[in-house]
Amino acid sequence: MDITLPILILAIPITMFLILGIGGVKMSKKMAGVLGILGLGTTAVLAYIVALTYYFSGDPLFIVDGVRQQYQVFDVTWLAFTQSLVVNIGFLLDPISALMLIVITTISFMVHLYSWGYMEGEQGFQRYYAFLSLFTFSMLGLVVATNIFQMYIFWELVGVSSYLLIGFYYKLPSAVSASKKAFIVTRFADLGFLIGILILSYYTDTFNFVDMTSNPDGVLLSTGGATFMGASVLTWAMVLIFTGGMGKSAMMPLHIWLPDAMEGPTPVSALIHAATMVVAGVYLVARMFPVYCTVDAAMTFICVVGAITAFYAAVVACAQIDIKRILAFSTISQIAFMMVSLGVAYDKPIEGVHYSGLGYMAGMFHLFTHAMFKALLFLGAGALIHAVHSNNYTAMGGLRKYMPITHITFLFGCLAIAGIWPFSGFFSKDEMLAAMFARHWFWGAWMTMVAGLTAFYMFRMYFLVFWWKENPHYKEHKPHDAPWQMSLPLIILAIVSLCAGWIPFGEFVTWNGEPYHIHIELSVAVTSICIAVCAIALAGVMYAKENPLPAKVKSFWPTLWEAAHRRFYWDEIYMFITHKIIFGIICKSIAWFDRHVIDATMDGFAKITQKTSYAIRGMQSGEIQAYVAWYIAGAVVLAAITWLCLI
Amino acid sequence: MDYSQFGSMIPELIVLGIFMVVFLFDTFSGEKGKKILTPMATILFLLGTIAIWIVPASGEEIFGGMYVNNTATNAIKAILNVGVFIVLLQSAKWVQSDEVAIRKGEFYELLLVTLFGMYLMVSARHFLLFIIGLESASLPLAAMVAFNKRHYESHEAAIKYIMTAVFSSAILLTGLSFVYAFSGGSLYFSDIAVNINRGEMSGLLLAALAFVIAGIGFKLSLVPFHLWTADVYEGAPTAVTSYLSVVSKGAAAFAFFIIFVQCFGSVYSDAWEWMMYAVIILTITVGNLFAIRQKNMKRFMAFSSISQAGYIMLGAIAADGLGLASMMFYIFVYVVSNLGAFAVISTIEDNTGKLSMDDYNGLHKTNPKLSFLMTLAMFSLAGIPPFAGFFSKILIFTSVTGTGSWALYMLVLIALINTIISLYYYLLVVKAMWISPDEPKIGNFESGRCQRVSLVLCGAGIIFFGLVPYIYQYCYDAVMNSSDIIASIMVFVFR
Repeated sequence: MDITLPILILAIPITMFLILGIGGVKMSKKMAGVLGILGLGTTAVLAYIVALTYYFSGDPLFIVDGVRQQYQVFDVTWLAFTQSLVVNIGFLLDPISALMLIVITTISFMVHLYSWGYMEGEQGFQRYYAFLSLFTFSMLGLVVATNIFQMYIFWELVGVSSYLLIGFYYKLPSAVSASKKAFIVTRFADLGFLIGILILSYYTDTFNFVDMTSNPDGVLLSTGGATFMGASVLTWAMVLIFTGGMGKSAMMPLHIWLPDAMEGPTPVSALIHAATMVVAGVYLVARMFPVYCTVDAAMTFICVVGAITAFYAAVVACAQIDIKRILAFSTISQIAFMMVSLGVAYDKPIEGVHYSGLGYMAGMFHLFTHAMFKALLFLGAGALIHAVHSNNYTAMGGLRKYMPITHITFLFGCLAIAGIWPFSGFFSKDEMLAAMFARHWFWGAWMTMVAGLTAFYMFRMYFLVFWWKENPHYKEHKPHDAPWQMSLPLIILAIVSLCAGWIPFGEFVTWNGEPYHIHIELSVAVTSICIAVCAIALAGVMYAKENPLPAKVKSFWPTLWEAAHRRFYWDEIYMFITHKIIFGIICKSIAWFDRHVIDATMDGFAKITQKTSYAIRGMQSGEIQAYVAWYIAGAVVLAAITWLCLI
Repeated sequence: MDYSQFGSMIPELIVLGIFMVVFLFDTFSGEKGKKILTPMATILFLLGTIAIWIVPASGEEIFGGMYVNNTATNAIKAILNVGVFIVLLQSAKWVQSDEVAIRKGEFYELLLVTLFGMYLMVSARHFLLFIIGLESASLPLAAMVAFNKRHYESHEAAIKYIMTAVFSSAILLTGLSFVYAFSGGSLYFSDIAVNINRGEMSGLLLAALAFVIAGIGFKLSLVPFHLWTADVYEGAPTAVTSYLSVVSKGAAAFAFFIIFVQCFGSVYSDAWEWMMYAVIILTITVGNLFAIRQKNMKRFMAFSSISQAGYIMLGAIAADGLGLASMMFYIFVYVVSNLGAFAVISTIEDNTGKLSMDDYNGLHKTNPKLSFLMTLAMFSLAGIPPFAGFFSKILIFTSVTGTGSWALYMLVLIALINTIISLYYYLLVVKAMWISPDEPKIGNFESGRCQRVSLVLCGAGIIFFGLVPYIYQYCYDAVMNSSDIIASIMVFVFR
């Protein structure tokens, strides 16, 4: 494949960032918006060309005997620290990176378009588009990375752009603290990621993904059975690398930043905190999947973390008031779903049964469909917020009459996430649940329960926003549908959410490149649909019309409701640990040492220096006789001392 | 005698040629012709500098080995030339002033003659030639120091300079006469190396070593042979001060390396290295301690340059190819950094006559570009990354620690501590310019064209010399391609 297109895909967004970032202040808002949208539109077209060429051209570079290949379009040496420590930079095409190219550019383009309407009249409009371009560049660079170090660099870059965008309203203290929180928490997780990378590459002598994943047993062998604290070093490396993924993908206990990240503009939440950046962790596990398969402990760890997170986030989502927070917890829960799906996938037979990495395919499928319908939901939420100027559902209610387009598209999104046939979410969720049941009935049952909760809290929000009772404020300020720039992306995404399930996804993305023929597991499908429908019905009974039932349920067990509403006090726990223990005890003693020992020593040096400087000033008397005397004395003393010492 | 041997002295011939042209032009041209003297001298010198950079060194030893022209000497001459060229640019406005204009030809002539003397110091492989070079580099300088005829300070400085210079020459020659006694009647470096390193260590030779160090230490203003420095720097015209502080030091440092490694390489290396050890510590520390207290910018730069000379001499104590290469690189970086600072000082002095550090308070409000350049120069002198001074310090420290003895590690540690002290006083200037809340005492003014060129050259050098690896590579290759230096280093290292 020609390298022009891949290079352009990365070059256009970063150029846009530079143009808008440097020249933005001098541009009109319209100009900046049009430039940003055109630039991203071009990128999207190119990305589609590259991805579709990869899937459909049948070129032997990409597919051999029906098996899709990993292909490095280019991979050049970037930093050569030593002979063996070499960092490359390149462009890797394989089923998942091509998939991500499509997902990122699609959502990013929708968000660019949508923001033109949503951000109209905001201060710093040009800056906003510059940051969006920076983010798109970083995310594209992340998914096409040929080696784990390149991925790490772009991983940090998406972190930075996310930080910049969350803190976009930098005059709001809450936005500033949210951006700091997001950056610090993910950065903390990335520390683990970096250590993991170093351990892994220390043993394997390579950063390259293809080298590692094409020969996972070689990776295992290269560690030579070394262990650390009872676990093999490979387990440590893979778990630490997964820690980075936990940070970015907001797995427990590092999830605390994502709900606060909703302080950013809503289109940003749709792009970064729903569809693309937060799935970077899933992408990372998928990227390293063959290596993870050789480490049972790491896979179990992923399953457990994912299962707990999915359930926790679903419960918390049931007790939130802010609709963006509900969507945020729903995102956490859905990403955890994908994690579990990857965790249960094995490429090797277990107890005689061969699972063929069904979970991998399903997880990636769900990543794709989830990106579409979650972006739709966020953009819909943005339209609602745009109309009523509040994030809370208490300011909404009965909006279906006022905002028909938003209502219908939002309903599509809810149906998709609830997993109702024929919406896309049904297909991907069905495959995931089938994979989980195939591994062990416990995982299947647990996650089916989470799926039921999902349907419940989504429709709770849907009914509270669009049904319930009309808010009296509508009389003074009548809500209405958003302008076309905002409605168009909603409609497009709604159609995609409806249809995406019919894509024969297994033909395109599987763990080993061989096609997998999707077939609906009827028993699983029927069960999950039944549960989803029951959950929706329950939500309907409770919230479709104004009634005292929700209040009764709430008062039935107030502590539980309060705890769920306060997210089970995770933030308070973090505050306690950081403020009371780290700042209060550890930092204080260090500060004391710093002030009284280190600073005091330095002050002492400074004082001695000043005093000596004052004391010897007489040497520079200005009298030439004295100068010459010093001169001869210096020469003689020098000779004498050396003579005494050496002879 | 074979007169074709003179053909090998290309750099000297170039400088002499320029000298002759300037001299004849100055003598025979009319009043009008004198106006183009400055541009003519500057452009001729630029062409000469380029020629020295380009023309490859012959690598020959001529006059029976008295004089050598190899890549290393050629490189250090080229580096000195860059310094002189910048000094010429800086002095362009000063030489046009009423008091000096009538004598400006003399300034160029004296400058070129001293430069010629430094060339001889660098290339000499015989003490007689070396002394001739040293004297012709010293005596005309006294006339230059006294160039502001009507200023009392200028006279005082010149007297102090000439007295100390004569005294130091006497000491140096005394030392050399001891050496002569031991070397079997030869003053060739190579003969001395063979003859004095044969037997036991002698007390007389130790005295000789100390005297030679003192003699050259005068030019480098090493402590305790430095006391003339501050007074002379303060009294001399600023252009002469900047010339004294970089070019004359660069030549002396290089000559020092050659003399000590080639002549006193094997048996006496312990002796002179320990002497230098003490002298370097004293130089860096005392220079710093005095610099802290200075209020006059020229005195301040005098003590700063004393302490910098100590850092330069670290390369001599490393005494190997890397040491010489990093010493040359340090000199080059020091040339642009120090001259950058002097460029700002002389620009301000020429336009407003202010020289006190207090006058610099709030300078950024009226002269942001000058303040920026001064900040660059101060950062580079203090060794703050990513400016050139950081890399030159790193390289010279590495060359010293490369030999691996604990004493040298201690030396580097002391040098590092002193770097912190130096940071304090360099930042005093930066603080005065940027942070001090006072109203600026220096108004906005338009600096001369030549001054601006020199400012830009120095600024570019400070920023790019460290980042572009070519410069250091140039020094390193120059040293490695000089067979006679490498040979004597080899003898020295495998003693």
